[in-house]
Amino acid sequence: MALKNIYDVVVVGSGPGGVAAAIEAKKNGADDVLIIERDYELGGILVQCIHNGFGLELLKEDLPGPAYAQRFIEEMLSLGVEYLLNTMVLDITPNRHLFVSSREHGYVEIEARAIVLAMGCRERTRPQIRIPGMRPNGVFTAGTAQRWVNVEGYMPAKDVVILGSGDIGMIMARRLTFEGAKVERVLEIQSYLSGLSRNLVQCLQDYNIPLQLNHTVKRIMGKNRVEAVEAVQVDDKWNFIPGTEEIIPCDTLLLSVGLIPENELSRKAGVKLDPITGGPYVDETFQTNVPGIFAAGNVVHVYDLVDWVSEAGFEAGKRAAQYAISLRNAESRYIPLKAGKNVRYVVPHKLDKSTLAQEDIRLQMRVTRPIEQPVWIEVHDGENLITRKPEKYVRPGEMVTVILKTKNYTDVSKANSLTIDINPR
Amino acid sequence: MAKEVELICTACPQGCTLTAVIENGEVIEVRGYNCKKGIDYGIAEITDPRRMVATTVKVKNGFHPLVPVYTDKPVPKPLIPKVLEEVRKVELTAPVKINTVVLENVLNTGVNVITSRDLPAKE
Repeated sequence: MALKNIYDVVVVGSGPGGVAAAIEAKKNGADDVLIIERDYELGGILVQCIHNGFGLELLKEDLPGPAYAQRFIEEMLSLGVEYLLNTMVLDITPNRHLFVSSREHGYVEIEARAIVLAMGCRERTRPQIRIPGMRPNGVFTAGTAQRWVNVEGYMPAKDVVILGSGDIGMIMARRLTFEGAKVERVLEIQSYLSGLSRNLVQCLQDYNIPLQLNHTVKRIMGKNRVEAVEAVQVDDKWNFIPGTEEIIPCDTLLLSVGLIPENELSRKAGVKLDPITGGPYVDETFQTNVPGIFAAGNVVHVYDLVDWVSEAGFEAGKRAAQYAISLRNAESRYIPLKAGKNVRYVVPHKLDKSTLAQEDIRLQMRVTRPIEQPVWIEVHDGENLITRKPEKYVRPGEMVTVILKTKNYTDVSKANSLTIDINPR
Repeated sequence: MAKEVELICTACPQGCTLTAVIENGEVIEVRGYNCKKGIDYGIAEITDPRRMVATTVKVKNGFHPLVPVYTDKPVPKPLIPKVLEEVRKVELTAPVKINTVVLENVLNTGVNVITSRDLPAKE
């Protein structure tokens, strides 16, 4: 695929938020829409969410994650959205230039009239919750285990303790049970479940996996591989309650302890972040504080349901398209002025055609070399001469001026650009 | 004597807390639902609990070594381990299309196990 220099809308991330944004951008009149994905396939996290329960709200169907993703990806591709895989966005500037590193294209700069940030979120890891103890192999985030088990075909655990009652943790409790592991229990530091109640029923209770509220991991044990964790009860300020410690032998500790919107790129673009959500401050159109930069999905705040992520993506994509189109319309009032034969530069570099309807416009330039004979300063649109002015000679040290008159408006209004040549008379 | 059982509905992410009133082994009333699915869930959960099952199937020469599959309808809960055992025996060859039936009428339940994505062959 050949890259364009400028796109109406560029979407960063091809998860459900990004794909939905690309779809609505295209449906709302954006011409060139590009979606950039760092993975080697489209779909984002849904690729590994093989359990069903997606689409109940939006599609009135009960689909697994991959099927939900495929439905929207097919629609997106049928609308003519372009995409890049194996491509990392390294930087975004506030004036919407993206610097990307791509396996296919190398290091490139892409300009966008509007951007939709759809980078999703990341799981909290062990260092972020500061669990003391040894640092053996066998401590994974639930999502990492999910990727291995569901996509890559690795089984990372035999005997598991799960810390955190987030949805991914509970879903992995069931999934690992299906694949032959023993899930000892789920520990939750809070006094309440952090995921959906339905997952407590269908992922834990169905398989007799105990959930202990007000409990956490005090210590991880094991030299090379996890050998046990020490669980402990906590009070309402999360202080360990002495005497409630219990050593649970296991070979794996899965962490399902929250998700954080992924906004390194947003920050670089000058997007202001809400310290509570971890995502950008947005208005009702999902526009950030940086004009033309929108954000949708888990990058803004972490959703319960993918259906709501898609809905947010639809809105952001539609508004991004509207922004791009208004920018494009503003751009089309302008035409560039190009330095042609024997001309080094022209000021102004571009002109607003509607100005010429009201008043004359002075064009000034310098020549590339002296021409010591009579010349024409010719303004043309590539085919037709619009106006010309005679000079006895031209020299680089002496600025040349041509006036574009209001009577030239009709000709200029049809032009896509103006070029100035200097030719001998 | 009527007996009351508390249930959490799994029909959708709302997770309504239901109360099923049981008399002589039959559900005579379901309370606490926000939609009709709750009534059906309440009755089924007492008399014939069922679940959707999602897992993976091995794929030869696939873009990934596995393709995700799921039951097109819920299966009786006690049969889940046996359904998984049946699915584990299956091996497909890429490319695989979405909604391909990998097990028809698994264990005579009237339920098919189908793929949930396209899986191209390894390049």
